[in-house]
Amino acid sequence: MKSSGLFSRAGLVLGLVFLYVPILSMVVFSFNNSRLVTVWDAAHSPTLKWYAELFSNAQILGAAGLSIEIAAISACGAVILGTLAGVSLARLGPFRGRTLLAGMTAAPLVMPEVITGLSLLLLFVALEQAIGWPRGRGMLTITLAHITFSMAYVTVVVQSRLAGFDESLEEAAMDLGARPAKVFFRITLPLIVPALVSGWLLAFTLSWDDLVISQFVAGPGSSTLPMVIFSKVRLGVSPDVNALATIMVLIVSTGITASAVWMRYQNRRRERDRQIAAAANL
Amino acid sequence: MSRPRITAGGRLVAGVPLTWLFLLFAVPFIIVLKISFSEVRLAMPPYAPLLESHGGHTGVQVHLANYSFLFTDPLYIRSYLYSLKVAAVSTFLCLLIGYPMAYAIARASSTVRSVLLMLIVLPFWTSFLLRVYAWIGLLKNNGVINNVLLYLGVIHEPLTMLQTDFAVYIGIVYSYLPFMILPLYANLEKHDVTLLEAAADLGASPFTAFRRITLPQSLPGIAAGCLLVFIPAVGEYVIPSLLGRTDQLMIGRVLSDEFFENRDWPVASAVAILMLLLLVVPIMLFQRLERREVGAHK
Repeated sequence: MKSSGLFSRAGLVLGLVFLYVPILSMVVFSFNNSRLVTVWDAAHSPTLKWYAELFSNAQILGAAGLSIEIAAISACGAVILGTLAGVSLARLGPFRGRTLLAGMTAAPLVMPEVITGLSLLLLFVALEQAIGWPRGRGMLTITLAHITFSMAYVTVVVQSRLAGFDESLEEAAMDLGARPAKVFFRITLPLIVPALVSGWLLAFTLSWDDLVISQFVAGPGSSTLPMVIFSKVRLGVSPDVNALATIMVLIVSTGITASAVWMRYQNRRRERDRQIAAAANL
Repeated sequence: MSRPRITAGGRLVAGVPLTWLFLLFAVPFIIVLKISFSEVRLAMPPYAPLLESHGGHTGVQVHLANYSFLFTDPLYIRSYLYSLKVAAVSTFLCLLIGYPMAYAIARASSTVRSVLLMLIVLPFWTSFLLRVYAWIGLLKNNGVINNVLLYLGVIHEPLTMLQTDFAVYIGIVYSYLPFMILPLYANLEKHDVTLLEAAADLGASPFTAFRRITLPQSLPGIAAGCLLVFIPAVGEYVIPSLLGRTDQLMIGRVLSDEFFENRDWPVASAVAILMLLLLVVPIMLFQRLERREVGAHK
């Protein structure tokens, strides 16, 4: 028992080192003066010049703006569709089309991106030929594609949240004469709010991060941030990309820490309420 | 269960996502399949329609040349096999590294556990592309790892690590490790520790107890983690493009090159269909596991 615990703990520490060394290396070298990304120029470092260069790069800033816009819109779409799918799978019982829905929400989770990207592009081209919509490819087609693959993730999050609650609350409301729509908005929806928040953030991140699918369905003049970064780093390492990475890591770790603190606060409050309720029942 | 009949509202709730996924997930595959049977054309879109009317009579032209082409040119078969090999090796390495990590997290106290889980998930929220890019700086000939090893005197000449199989394994393991750890953790966390104590009391060594109790019980977690890594890794495009060999491409890169460089949409579609055929069994296994896993919460 003792030795196996030691072994797995050592593995855990090494694994975490493996996960974080590359990220730390980007953070460190973003302050390096030398253009040679891997040689530390001690005389002139740390410097903020790559940050200055980053913020004067109109192409990167424009692409970042487009990416944020697409990510925000597609996250909202994915949350709506993913919630409907998750609620159907968790609450509607066996209905016709359930297996199909379950299959089509699970498959995008593992589908290789090149296949999803290619198939969506061919769909958009065929649609344009047949009905003239969507005209050309750009922000609209990227957003539609992103909604499609990220709603699968939202579905899983919502479905497993709902599976954690039994249906007694909803059934009680039904017994008291509430209509299904009212039950959904007054009982089910408040229960799954945390899942909606994390689902939205997940969908936002997936969209913000996506390169391959965007590359297929994007048109001229609609380069997202990952597309710009990819064409940049394919030519070699560039220090301003390190600066960009550092900013992203900073935002994400602040956000995750804040949400962890908030969730702990919520849990503690719920625990306290439960204790008070239990005390009142005595 | 409680409500056997499905109301009009329920039909709407299920119908909207079902329609969306049908139109944007199922129909596209049918189109890919269709185009994989058509002929390449110098036009936009660059393929011939399957349904063509020749002077009055309409005929369906099924063109199998794209598929026979994939089997005659050894480039494609080699890329398929290479992708399967890379995905299999990477999945195995992920399991090797991820299992002890998941085990240690599952056995940690609940406060430590939530911090550790956060540390595992956090890289996943930062850009995948940038994390792969970070390895270029580490693995290059004049990169961080070589510089450190040279400084320590372990090596006297820089090792070539970038643009090798090794770099691709590192990239895939690095990017997909959370997908291995999380399902494993979800499984290991549910185990009953008293079974191990009983085994120890009966004189089993820790290794025997692990092999006879923990390992068999964690098989569903292992399967879920391996599928979550293996399936997307077969079609991986970004990692081999940035870190991998230039003389041997993975199939995802071949597909994208056929599409973007050669503008041969029918062959790209045929490559996609063959890749799907390879993955259909693992994808169905994954769906079955997933259904059981979510259903088990009830």
